[in-house]
Amino acid sequence: MAWLESAASWLTAEEWQAVRLSLSVALRSVAFGLPVAVLAALLLARGRFPGRALLDALVHLPLVMPPVVVGWLLLVTFGLRGPVGGLLNDWFGLRLVFTTGGAALATAVMSFPLIVRAVRLSLESVDPGLEEAARTLGAGPLDRFVTVTLPLIAPGILSGAITAFAAGLGEFGAVITFVSNIPGETQTLPLAIYSATQTPGGEATAAKLAAISLALAMGGLLLAELVARHMHRLLGRGPR
Amino acid sequence: MLQVALRHRFPGQDGFSLDAAFTAPSSGVTAIFGPSGCGKTTILAAVAGLLRPQAGRVELGGRVLFDDRERIALPPEKRRCGMVFQEARLFPHLSVETNLRYGLRRAPRGAEGPDFGGVVALLGIGHLLHRRPAGLSGGEKQRVALGRALLSRPELLLMDEPLAALDTARKAEVLPFLARVRDTLRIPVLYVTHALDEVDRLADALVLMEGGRVLASGGVEALSARTDLPILLDRRDAGAVLACTVLSHDPGRGLTHFAFPGGQLIARLERASIGSAARLRIRARDVSVATVEPKGLSVQNVLPAVLDSIEPGQPHEALLRLRVGPSLLLARVTRDTVSRLGLTPGMPLWALVKSVAFGQAPDSAGPDR
Repeated sequence: MAWLESAASWLTAEEWQAVRLSLSVALRSVAFGLPVAVLAALLLARGRFPGRALLDALVHLPLVMPPVVVGWLLLVTFGLRGPVGGLLNDWFGLRLVFTTGGAALATAVMSFPLIVRAVRLSLESVDPGLEEAARTLGAGPLDRFVTVTLPLIAPGILSGAITAFAAGLGEFGAVITFVSNIPGETQTLPLAIYSATQTPGGEATAAKLAAISLALAMGGLLLAELVARHMHRLLGRGPR
Repeated sequence: MLQVALRHRFPGQDGFSLDAAFTAPSSGVTAIFGPSGCGKTTILAAVAGLLRPQAGRVELGGRVLFDDRERIALPPEKRRCGMVFQEARLFPHLSVETNLRYGLRRAPRGAEGPDFGGVVALLGIGHLLHRRPAGLSGGEKQRVALGRALLSRPELLLMDEPLAALDTARKAEVLPFLARVRDTLRIPVLYVTHALDEVDRLADALVLMEGGRVLASGGVEALSARTDLPILLDRRDAGAVLACTVLSHDPGRGLTHFAFPGGQLIARLERASIGSAARLRIRARDVSVATVEPKGLSVQNVLPAVLDSIEPGQPHEALLRLRVGPSLLLARVTRDTVSRLGLTPGMPLWALVKSVAFGQAPDSAGPDR
């Protein structure tokens, strides 16, 4: 554990806090976003309903909209005086503005399209013939989904989740607009870097945190690729 | 018994339309035969429930699977129709054993059928159980797919050209297993194919299809002797099919003797047990006729026959229907022959059948080997 101590001493307590907070926010954002994203991908890939194109556009909106606008929309909706935020506060005492939970929500919204795209792509590559075969063998809709479809799209779900996690570590605009920049509560890595660059003598901190950001993002992408390859091999398709 | 009556039109300006009705017996293999695009696979999909026809009725052993007027359309998972597809469609993420057990686990309680060990032994797939589908050959995949369908304890087995995606060697590897399934298990099979040798080898009854319509249906022997079905006659391998039993072997001369209703035939030595049933297709182009008993011929099979009728064949050709006892043979001759020999119906003739004319080896058609 010597390396951990030396690493710990390399960063100050505040810097560590930012790293830990970033990991926690990114993890929570994926945990929130994943089930909804899989559902949205299913609707988009398989559903035939009016308004499908609208849903498709809505899902992809965070990809093309300025993150600040996403943050502002969240603030308007989930703020204490917003239509949803007010209810959440009155009924459950749940506050999202200026909290870690709010940071996770903003991050989840921003990385949502990444997961949806990955899951949808793998859904579209699932041979519908396999589901038909499962039907003739007596499997009902939920049974089919759990035993055939889900395992076959698992590589897509996993690589989508890892990519979203890596991207979520660095979400800036939506987070700072929605939940502000509060050390220990909402100050994630990118926000800490930003603060450091605004502080005289903060260059060393900014460099260290930037290096960590880079390493985490790179590691995430490599992991996603590795996992996808491994699972494709498990499914007998070989690397793509 | 399976009763099928379907009407369906696919969308589009010149969309394919299907209008077909037939019944299949409650045991044995019924082959749906016809050129590609004739609607064979559509029928299978409609029976399985994978396609919902616009109108019609499908009834299996007294159970209504589909009826548009009664608004009955059971989903595939409730129909208990096992299906073997052209491309095996094994689940790639599951081992061969888990694939095989997939249907077994979901079969209704009390459903009768072969057990796991029995099917594995029948299909010779015991050594594959721990492998993944991706590592199997085409023939092995198809055997596993067949086992998976059988283990779902279906009341009807549907096969959609199960050999079409295999090369000749793999096909020869799988065919005996299909014959074994037919002979061992009492389960009716609906078998879609466009290969006549598979029909000869496996089918008991035949449904002939063309352009979305049923041309004729009935026993294989009876249909093969009809002269009004160009879909069968225009083929190089057209000819009457005789239901035979293996009489004796003469390994010294390399010959096997077959008996059929009305006579005997001699063919090249075949690996088949004495007394077993075999089906021989006598190609029409391999049968010639003589008005007097020929002598000193290389042809081994000279059968006394009565000319039943003369049918027009292709240009300059005629098809002779020959009665040999209760059996029928077809002979393809030139129009010139008909006039030269003064052939008229009712005339006694000699049918000359080249022994090399026998097609498919009936090695696995018998009850045992």
